[in-house]
Amino acid sequence: MVVQALAFYLFASIAVIAATLVVTVRNPVHSVLWLILTFFNAAGLFVLLGAEFLAMLLVVVYVGAVAVLFLFVVMMLDINFTEMREGFLNYLPIGILVAVALFVELAFVGATWALTDEKVAALGKPTPDGINNIEALGNLIYTDYVYVFQASGLVLLVAMIGAIVLTLRHREGVRRQNISEQVRRTRADTLEVKKVPVGRGI
Amino acid sequence: MGDTMLNLWAALPEMFLAVAALALLMFGVFAGKDKAFRTVSWAAVVAMLVTAFLVIMGQGGPAFFGQFVADPFAQFCKVLILTGSALGIIMSIRYAERERMARFEFPILITLATVGMMAMVSATDMLSLYLGLELQSLALYVVAAIRRDTVRATESGLKYFVLGSIASGMLLYGMSMVYGFTGTTNFAVLAGVMAEGSLSVGTLVGLAFMFAGLCFKVSAVPFHMWTPDVYEGAPTPVTAFFAVAPKIAGLALFVRVAMGPFAGVVADWQQIIVLISILSMLVGAFAALRQENIKRLMAYSSIGHVGFALVGLAAGTQDGVQAILVYLGIYLVMNIGTFAVILCMRRNERMVEDIVDLSGLAKTKPMMAAVTAILMFSMAGIPPLAGFFGKFYVFKAAVDSGLITLAVIGLVTSVVSAYYYLRIIKVMYFDEPVEDFDRNGTEMNVIMAVATIVMLAFVFFPNPLTDSAAVAAAALFGN
Repeated sequence: MVVQALAFYLFASIAVIAATLVVTVRNPVHSVLWLILTFFNAAGLFVLLGAEFLAMLLVVVYVGAVAVLFLFVVMMLDINFTEMREGFLNYLPIGILVAVALFVELAFVGATWALTDEKVAALGKPTPDGINNIEALGNLIYTDYVYVFQASGLVLLVAMIGAIVLTLRHREGVRRQNISEQVRRTRADTLEVKKVPVGRGI
Repeated sequence: MGDTMLNLWAALPEMFLAVAALALLMFGVFAGKDKAFRTVSWAAVVAMLVTAFLVIMGQGGPAFFGQFVADPFAQFCKVLILTGSALGIIMSIRYAERERMARFEFPILITLATVGMMAMVSATDMLSLYLGLELQSLALYVVAAIRRDTVRATESGLKYFVLGSIASGMLLYGMSMVYGFTGTTNFAVLAGVMAEGSLSVGTLVGLAFMFAGLCFKVSAVPFHMWTPDVYEGAPTPVTAFFAVAPKIAGLALFVRVAMGPFAGVVADWQQIIVLISILSMLVGAFAALRQENIKRLMAYSSIGHVGFALVGLAAGTQDGVQAILVYLGIYLVMNIGTFAVILCMRRNERMVEDIVDLSGLAKTKPMMAAVTAILMFSMAGIPPLAGFFGKFYVFKAAVDSGLITLAVIGLVTSVVSAYYYLRIIKVMYFDEPVEDFDRNGTEMNVIMAVATIVMLAFVFFPNPLTDSAAVAAAALFGN
């Protein structure tokens, strides 16, 4: 138990620190790197909760795909983040107001919430007895909710088709890579030798 | 979980159509961009016909642990939806090729939207309802903006998307309220909770938000603002499709939600529906009076029609539901016919959309003018055409359940709306002819002819439609 508690505090504190750094560091690339650290620690927390499949998923999906995508966007779009932060002080009062309101609400929720024995019992078992993580999730996604799962898949497919239909266009005059065409290029296609008469220029 | 059965075969038509859409997508991608448009379009139409056959032959019953049901109500609506979508694709083929929007994704998106609509009318759980609705809406947003190089189409697509997202948000908020206060998303379980009597304020708020979201999707007043702009901006075949299939799916879903989980609390939502219905009929009648663009006119006309259909829902009885279904069937044929006429309004290789462009059609194209006149008389609800019977059934249902004021307002607005339908006839028959339209496509002539025959013949053979609607309505009420 002590090891578990230690691990929890380690993961939790690093996650909090890294998350704070995500929003405070100046360099956006560093920010994304801190975000990746946050994801890793969150994955660690999932492992402690007994949800190892979700932990792997978090690493694969968020670190492997989403964070890398962010990195691409940050590096390719060349956004000046320091400029975007300029208005920070102007918005500070209203930001603090929102934060206070949220904290008060959280406090209310916390005050009315009680850790009953029932809830403790439920917490002890992340999955039903005798079934591991993946099986439990699989039962939900591929048996109980297979219909909505497949329907969500179709919705995503439509979103993808839509994005392609509405954005893909082949502009005239854009040089695209076409390997076979490029390899087939001969000297005769590209070079022209001109005889320049002496003393007259081209 | 209400039911404990998977019963995969109940969803066979949906699965078939979804797989067909995927196969066509692959075919389109590999067959080289837009050369495949015509093939993909016709293949999509065939797939829809096969799906309709599967729907009619289907085993049915509840499926997916109470999230889905293939009852006669769903079957009836699915056949209407598939007919509307298939005709929508057929009407778009020639137009798309002429107007350079022949992209093979277009029929595929319509097919996927159709899958979404079928999922909507079969939904018996908030979750499956929402996903069906989103599948449909997302595909429709893209279809509305498919001519992305024209400002009007992109504007209409964007408007539709933004307002549609707000409506989805309202719907979700309502669902979360209902879920929070009842602890279930399943329609059957919800109906049990409602039957226990008193409705908590939270559930009522949730119900109101859900209805608001659904009203947006069927473009009922006061959530209709997007309709005229989207109808005018979208390419005409897309408008034709919008006016038919999604409307039918939306209204069927509305009926399913109101008469399923919330059937026990009719008294609580009846006034909402009565108000919405009255407002829709009024706006549909009065706002259309001054329209010059025929697509905008059809937008207001469809708002009015939704109002009339909702009269049947306001009745809250089995007869009322049957009346809505009959109304939807007639509305489908009537609107497809009218849009076929609008799609034939082409002069010197360009589409024209104003009512004055129809001037003197009786002299230049007497058959087309006659067809249009019959469709317009039917829209106005003049006996003995089919449109009259549609209205007759819903008003009768309303009177039977004591909503006499509603029925009277409906009659008055129907008379007012007759003005602009008759005006089109007047323009065609009594105004000086302008230049002739271009030659119609064969498929348009066939669609117009069939629609007209249905309008004329309904008075002699109402049974196929009314009987199946009766079976469908009975299924919804569980007897």
